[in-house]
Amino acid sequence: MNSVGKYFSDIFYGLKSLWKGLMVTGYYFVHPKQIVTQQYPENRKELKMFDRFKGEVILKHDENNFHHCNGCGICQLNCPNGSIEIITDSVPNEDGKAERIIDKHIYHLSMCTFCGLCVKSCPSNALAFSQEFEHAVFDRNKLTKVLNQPGSRIKKEPKEPNAPKPAIDTVPKSNPAN
Amino acid sequence: MPFNIYDFSGTTKAIDQFLYAKMAPTWAFITELAIVGIIILLFYAVIGLYLVYLERKVCAFMQNRVGPNRVGKWGLFQTIADLIKLLMKELITIRKADKLLFNVAPFIVIIASFMAIAAIPFAKGLHAVDFNIGVFYMMAVSSIGVIGILLAGWSSNSKYSLIGAMRSGAQVVSYELSVGLALLSVVIFSGSMQLSTIVESQANGWWIFKGHIPAIISFIIFLIASTAEINRGPFDLAEAESELTAGFHTEYSGIRFAFFFLGEYMNMFIVASLAATVFLGGWMPLHIGNLQGFNHVMDFIPPIFWYFGKTIFIMYLIMWFKWTFPRLRIDQLLTLEWKYLLPINLVNILIISFIVLMGWYIK
Amino acid sequence: MQEVELQDILTAREDGDYIINIGPQHPSTHGVLRFVVSLKGEMLEYVIPHCGYIHRGIEKMCERLTYPQIIHLTDRMDYLSAHMNNEAVSLLVEKATGVEVPERVKYIRTILSELQRIQSHQLWWAAFGMDMGGLTCFFYGLRDREKILDIFEESFGSRLLHSYICPGGLMNDIHPNFQKRTKEFIKYFRKKLPEFDELLTGNIIFEMRTKGMGVLSKEEAISYGLTGPPGRASNFACDIRKLYPYSAYDKVDFKEILYTEGDTWARYKVRMDEMWESMKIIEQLIDNIPEGDFTAKMKPVIRLPEGEYSQRVETARGELGVYVVSKGEKTPYRMHFRTPNFSNLFVMNRLAAGNKIADLIAISGSLDLVIPDIDR
Repeated sequence: MNSVGKYFSDIFYGLKSLWKGLMVTGYYFVHPKQIVTQQYPENRKELKMFDRFKGEVILKHDENNFHHCNGCGICQLNCPNGSIEIITDSVPNEDGKAERIIDKHIYHLSMCTFCGLCVKSCPSNALAFSQEFEHAVFDRNKLTKVLNQPGSRIKKEPKEPNAPKPAIDTVPKSNPAN
Repeated sequence: MPFNIYDFSGTTKAIDQFLYAKMAPTWAFITELAIVGIIILLFYAVIGLYLVYLERKVCAFMQNRVGPNRVGKWGLFQTIADLIKLLMKELITIRKADKLLFNVAPFIVIIASFMAIAAIPFAKGLHAVDFNIGVFYMMAVSSIGVIGILLAGWSSNSKYSLIGAMRSGAQVVSYELSVGLALLSVVIFSGSMQLSTIVESQANGWWIFKGHIPAIISFIIFLIASTAEINRGPFDLAEAESELTAGFHTEYSGIRFAFFFLGEYMNMFIVASLAATVFLGGWMPLHIGNLQGFNHVMDFIPPIFWYFGKTIFIMYLIMWFKWTFPRLRIDQLLTLEWKYLLPINLVNILIISFIVLMGWYIK
Repeated sequence: MQEVELQDILTAREDGDYIINIGPQHPSTHGVLRFVVSLKGEMLEYVIPHCGYIHRGIEKMCERLTYPQIIHLTDRMDYLSAHMNNEAVSLLVEKATGVEVPERVKYIRTILSELQRIQSHQLWWAAFGMDMGGLTCFFYGLRDREKILDIFEESFGSRLLHSYICPGGLMNDIHPNFQKRTKEFIKYFRKKLPEFDELLTGNIIFEMRTKGMGVLSKEEAISYGLTGPPGRASNFACDIRKLYPYSAYDKVDFKEILYTEGDTWARYKVRMDEMWESMKIIEQLIDNIPEGDFTAKMKPVIRLPEGEYSQRVETARGELGVYVVSKGEKTPYRMHFRTPNFSNLFVMNRLAAGNKIADLIAISGSLDLVIPDIDR
């Protein structure tokens, strides 16, 4: 008698559990408001990434085409897989002494792992992450970018407290790696 | 030519007389056969395409997403685009595969479902082949499909396909018993195997209501068993994508794969229409006892819409099962059939025979 | 069914064995892993896993990178427990150099580890449901995981591979919205987790497929070195958070989930219960994050004193051990990672032999393997 009872109770237990599962999917079927899909190319205008999103590394330029990179090469030393190449040049400055300026700051987007060590270790706060995420190109050479824009020069900072604010907040000046 | 959407027999008679008047009797007969064949073919293709689209949309809504919506408005041309893509693909021939069986297997599956569609009553007067052994014929013909699956698995000369085909063969052959017994219950109630008689006997109410509890049990068993027959839902380990990478149709490409795919959806359509015809009244509108006003309103909707509505409802149930439940293992599947469904079915048939004898149902 | 030793079958495969390959490209193995399976009808005789398809030489690469640069490589080992991997190396460096991190850092690291654990278990549930055949589970699991990924993206800028926890503390401070979003997430997920149970756990089909299958006793679990949820399902109390507490784990009150049956069902339940416990831990910590610095003062160039150091953490899949031999330079002389998935993988033959193919998929899903962790 026990096994007959178990036979029927198994059937009812099984049907009840199946019914509960059906209710969950049935609920979502009749509630189309719960759809979470975003229709991508149509919503590009409203699509805004978070401020700290790591899209690609850029050299910050202000409206007068000034940047802060003096070609020290610390970012190149810190990059774990060689995605940054610094090419510097030597020009005489206003005192007549030869001074190093940045000629090309080459950035290989195809190799970058977005670890953030270059941004963190730059002593002049020159680098930052932009929120641009549409990087698809047809030609691989386009992924090797020169970060300093043509005609830009370093902004000569007078040693004043109103230093420009970095794009991400409170990066410490001490470098854990060199 | 009279066209009455409520009763197609006037239209068909008019076409019949027109043809017999114009040509010799033999030619008229052959033309009639050709017309019916072409209409069924077109119907099969169009319904098959839109069933795939319907499934994709239904499963998308259950999963909190949108489904195809780019190709055409609401994605209506998505399946046509898929069909064109499949037609353009290379038909890969396998070395050391049995060529004749390999090519014939998809056609067997399609032919079996064609033959079954011909026997379904779509509306009053729209019934292509009306045998007096209608139910028996449908059962027999849909069993031919399993030969196609076994041939496909064997002739592919691949281990994955063979395992999938063997599993599927065992499954389909076992569940045919339950399907047959469940259909037998309505045959006992209505007293005839002819499908048009079964539909007409439901004029005062559908068998699922008139036959109360035993008919409901039969209906549930029929749903479960036929989901297993068509290799769908929680019983789809013949083609379980996450286990054996597509099972018995792994080695098929292009249009041959499209045939298997289409055959599966059309089998679902046939099973749903069989359930709708036998348990839910076919093209009969819903009549409740003596409520004249209600019955008049129900009669206003043409029978062909009733038929499609019921079929789509049952197909929705079958899709709902598939997208909710995990898969059963082969031995659990066979346990379910031989230890649970079959005994319950047999006891149910006994009870129904007793009830019909004593007259304890709504006649 | 006689016990087949792994060494014997790696070399001796007789003719007449019906061998099929599952993988390396397969929807269920979640990565590039190959199982060479010998079948007799539907029953498995033995299973040989072949790993190494995604070996990238991480341990060798670490020998020429400085310690902060190693962090971004550890992300990519077990990418679903990225924070915990980072934490392992950071804790080791801090222990070796004797640096004391601020309290704020400890609290934030613990909260991030627990969020990462919930996120990893959500993805595991999604993939496990999909392997079992309930394809809707995949979408529900991932939909809820998106909320955690939004929290991560707002604070660190990336969803999966963060390299956020570094020697000395954190890369930068958390976003001001972090606490609010985390609290909202916990409220949301407490309502949604019972839905997971209704859909999959309570289902009779699922119970039939997982109960009593793939049973591992406690002694065998210890001898195979099985840690993490599979070990705890066999009653082996191996939670590093309780045995050797690190960061802020000694300040929170949580239960170690142990089950005694040791079958697939127990392995499943351990992870579901761990999600509840993680939410409890986060709730205890989220409102009490002390103010302070987000990093300690480290030297510009980190050199570990000469010697050997090790550190263990509890990732979402088991115990991760890091072992460093240093010769006093700024790069390690030899670095070794004891990854949990490597040990968990080789219990497959013991569990799956004698069962059916469908069970192989269920067992490998319940062990929750992430293949890059096996191969490093």
